[in-house]
Amino acid sequence: MDRDGTAGPDPAGHDDRGDERRHGHGPGNSRHDGPDRPGESTSSTVLQVNGSIHHLRLDHRTTLLDALREHLDLTGAKKGCDHGQCGACTVLVDGRRVNSCLVLAVACDGPVTTVEGLAEGGRPHPLQEAFVARDALQCGYCTPGQLCSAVALLAEAAAGHPSHVTPPRAARAGGPAELTRDEIRERMSGNLCRCGAYPHIVDAVTDAHRETVR
Amino acid sequence: MKPFAYVRAERTEQALAACAHRPRAQYLAGGTNLVDLMKLGVADPPLLVDIGRLPLDTVDETPDGGLGIGATVRNSDLAAHPLVRTRYPVLSQALLSGASPQLRNAATTGGNLLQRTRCPYFQDVSHPCNKREPGTGCPARDGVHRDLAVLGHSPHCVATHPSDMAVALAALDARVHLLGPDGPRVVPLTDFHRLPGDHPEQDTVIRPGELITEVVLPPPAGAGAYRKARDRASYAFALASVAAVLDVADGRVRHAALAFGGLAHRPWRARAAEEVLRGAPAVEETFARAVDAELEAARPLRDNGFKVPLARGLAVRVLTDLAAAS
Repeated sequence: MDRDGTAGPDPAGHDDRGDERRHGHGPGNSRHDGPDRPGESTSSTVLQVNGSIHHLRLDHRTTLLDALREHLDLTGAKKGCDHGQCGACTVLVDGRRVNSCLVLAVACDGPVTTVEGLAEGGRPHPLQEAFVARDALQCGYCTPGQLCSAVALLAEAAAGHPSHVTPPRAARAGGPAELTRDEIRERMSGNLCRCGAYPHIVDAVTDAHRETVR
Repeated sequence: MKPFAYVRAERTEQALAACAHRPRAQYLAGGTNLVDLMKLGVADPPLLVDIGRLPLDTVDETPDGGLGIGATVRNSDLAAHPLVRTRYPVLSQALLSGASPQLRNAATTGGNLLQRTRCPYFQDVSHPCNKREPGTGCPARDGVHRDLAVLGHSPHCVATHPSDMAVALAALDARVHLLGPDGPRVVPLTDFHRLPGDHPEQDTVIRPGELITEVVLPPPAGAGAYRKARDRASYAFALASVAAVLDVADGRVRHAALAFGGLAHRPWRARAAEEVLRGAPAVEETFARAVDAELEAARPLRDNGFKVPLARGLAVRVLTDLAAAS
């Protein structure tokens, strides 16, 4: 619909769009309901990033990572491997961490949060403060992905999601996960750090976890 | 990547219609494997039909006490689902041993089953590959094949199926529900993936335009566990893995289901081992004999013979642990 510029979505309604789309009904679904033209290789799309709405016309090949970096000048998310193996491109979509290099921008659902959107009210996110305090980086290239990943890690642990190293009995019981160092290492295993700052990253996540459960 | 058209389906019929008569069109869900293969030039669909919003994203108990898992349920949500954690721990463990949290957040049930092999020759278009381009040859057979098959391979292909989830589903007697232009049908998971034979380009028995709608599990048949060996502690494909479901009564095996991952072109259900196990004393000696009966069929390549004792050790250990806990 908005592909033709005839019915631009109402920005005021955007907050609900992600949820509506997820459940398969509601006006938010109209984004790609326009005439499908097989053979066409671009679409108009709407991305909500760090609270701002962006209307973009994108080649279907554009990944969410490229849309952020090349179209929205949000260069926090980094292109490392571009194949979903390093985690440098990790962002949050609807609060869930994903590899933005493997998400097609036209298929992206829900609000996106990048490292640029973690701070609130001019104050860094507790994880950002912990990374600084613990010197949890060397070159810093993987850090935006590490931070977004760790934000989601704390939420997943609080929601009781088990991991590969969670003892079977605890996994069965559910409840908030106990974040031992082994748990943090396993849960951060999708983010590589070629400088090898892992021990300090684990320290920083441990500190931020203590902060959030206190 | 080559340009392609993109449509988003809101209803299942809409998705089927969009793919009808477009034999090279592909369904897109999580995209964690497909988008990567498109970047590598291994896949070049002219049309992607996005099924990410179809109402196939729920996990529901079935009337007989089994579980219906929607095709677009994300791997992370499935692993964390209370009914999966408590009643099918083998499935939860298998899911959590695969990929990374980011990938599991995107990857879906159906997409996990349809992911392609990670054989290095398949993923590199500068090499011949019978799976990618039938008739061009298999450089892996005499090349780099340490991670590849020891069971069920053919002169044309020695690839392995990379999924952990599918190995657990094989041991759980899961059934794959499909919907296609000719209507719905149900295929046991153990028949869903093929052996390579003369047609390694066909990974599964899925037909053109068919869509996985659901994977259905029967009620739990015993205690289960998944164990995986890999080159690093996390975030790596299996060199060998095993999913086991075991029910022991009065010291004897009442039900046993065993499946191997990382060894073959499909999740390898160990029927020969199960035959030895049925009714036998639930002790380590039985388990070793059963696993040996299965692995007799192994035909390792030059550089992957280590997988046979590795798989043996994993299987005996998992069965012994399950018996001890029962």
